[in-house]
Amino acid sequence: MAMIENRRKKSLIALSMVAPFVITFTLFFLYPVVEMVRLSFTDAPLIGPGNWVGFDNYVKLITDRLFITSLKNNGYFILLTVVPTTIIALMIALAVNRLKGGMQALVMTLFFLPYVLPVSVVTEIWAWMLDFQFGVLQPLISLISGKPVAVFKNPYWVMPTVAVVTIWWTNGFNVLLFIAGLRNIPKELYEAAALDGATSFQRFRRVTWPLLWPVTALVLTLQLILQLKIFDQIYLLSQGGPFNSSYVLLLKVYREAFQLNHGGYSSAVATVLFVLIAGVSVLQFQLLRIRRG
Amino acid sequence: MSPARKTENIILTLITLTAAAVWIFPLYWALITSIRSEERVVSNASLLPDEFQLTAYVEAIFNTKIMTWYFNSVGTAVIVTVVVILFSLMCAYAISQIRFPGRRLLYGIVLASFMVPTQALVVTQFILMHKMGLINTWGGIILPQLIVPVVIIVYKQFFDAVPKEMREAAVLDGGGEYTILFKVYLPLNWGITTALAIITFIGVWNAFFWPFLIVTSEDMMTIPVGITQVNDAFGVHYARLMSVALLAAMPVAVAYLVFQKKVTEAVMISSGVKG
Repeated sequence: MAMIENRRKKSLIALSMVAPFVITFTLFFLYPVVEMVRLSFTDAPLIGPGNWVGFDNYVKLITDRLFITSLKNNGYFILLTVVPTTIIALMIALAVNRLKGGMQALVMTLFFLPYVLPVSVVTEIWAWMLDFQFGVLQPLISLISGKPVAVFKNPYWVMPTVAVVTIWWTNGFNVLLFIAGLRNIPKELYEAAALDGATSFQRFRRVTWPLLWPVTALVLTLQLILQLKIFDQIYLLSQGGPFNSSYVLLLKVYREAFQLNHGGYSSAVATVLFVLIAGVSVLQFQLLRIRRG
Repeated sequence: MSPARKTENIILTLITLTAAAVWIFPLYWALITSIRSEERVVSNASLLPDEFQLTAYVEAIFNTKIMTWYFNSVGTAVIVTVVVILFSLMCAYAISQIRFPGRRLLYGIVLASFMVPTQALVVTQFILMHKMGLINTWGGIILPQLIVPVVIIVYKQFFDAVPKEMREAAVLDGGGEYTILFKVYLPLNWGITTALAIITFIGVWNAFFWPFLIVTSEDMMTIPVGITQVNDAFGVHYARLMSVALLAAMPVAVAYLVFQKKVTEAVMISSGVKG
């Protein structure tokens, strides 16, 4: 009897401890998820009720050229960022890792600092550097293309430029993950390899690379998820233009809901994005589980 | 070390330093621009600092609403950080230390929600905030940002690692669960608590998309949203624009430089790669 009472008391205390989180979570997270799915089957405006329309919104998505364009642009942006940023981060991590003491700390700081900046600070600095008339990077662009380019108003330059800005801004995080991974590799392995007379390249191929693969998989999938969600930089630098050449899924969600007042249709786009990202997350989870055995 | 290895080493170090200098150049350039006069900014593109004046900063501080935006950012970021840490601390402790029904399910939900993109939820979150009458308020900025499942996940892992004897001793001393949490488990985990608090704070401080949606009045804007208004209001005044940008970046940059070790530690721990 006393034990049951004790157990009940324990459960009540536990309940009081999890309640604050569970309540906020249910109200501001779970409920919006359910509502998003429900709304995607209606023709509701942003504010106010709508009629149930079944799968109409999803059918409409298939023939919506702007939706197809944004899917393609998301894919293009992923191509431009995910693998390049991983390679660059690995190279920086290897370079930083061989430095020592204060020098290492300084260089690490220089590479990591952009990561803590607000996105609008980042975009303003780059917009200034790439200014068509006075931008400090325009001589460099003239060198490549023969003339100055208004990069964010040019359909060919816009996505690669946003990709460069994004890589610059976020790569410190990946560098850090790689450095942590490098530090986890036992020193003895390198000593043994050195005794066997391995060259630096062989040491990288036989020791560093295989042991670093799990971190690489983590970085690749984290980047994939992150770049699927791109919005801020695009919105601040090019607003999806020119000619929709940088229109992405989340921008579609935003425009349909907040500018065109299509709450239901916007929710359908959001649900697709949601499913895409959840899918990649499951993939990541599986990859990491395999690695931990 | 052989002379060949030594030369290789020096060359590699030089390459690394050059790359780091190129990497930080945008920030250097913003700084140089911000201490020039507007005329100099567009007439003379010297890469070296050739002028030092704080006019742009004075104008930024007195002629924009940056101080109001600072206040909103500090207020909302502090509240979110404190609440997230407190709620997660309690929730993680219960999941880790108390056997209660539904505990595994709850942790499963927390883990699953970690994978969900909150960006996809902005429309329905906005509608909810509208229903609650919280558009253009601190409450509207704060509430949806209170969900940071990773903090619970990290806390749970750390609580799981606390030796069972600590808890048993505290129970024998007659301590209730709240006493044990705040007198034993929290002090034992101060390190990770500060680390989590700092990355939560930086995350909220830098948040753009949600505050941008929920706030339309200039007086309620946070720093990352507010500074985008300066552009519209003044056209191309790059010295002022850069001084505003640097003022906006200052708190997080300083926080990072001061708590560098904690920040990097927190990033590594929260992504599951312990260094």
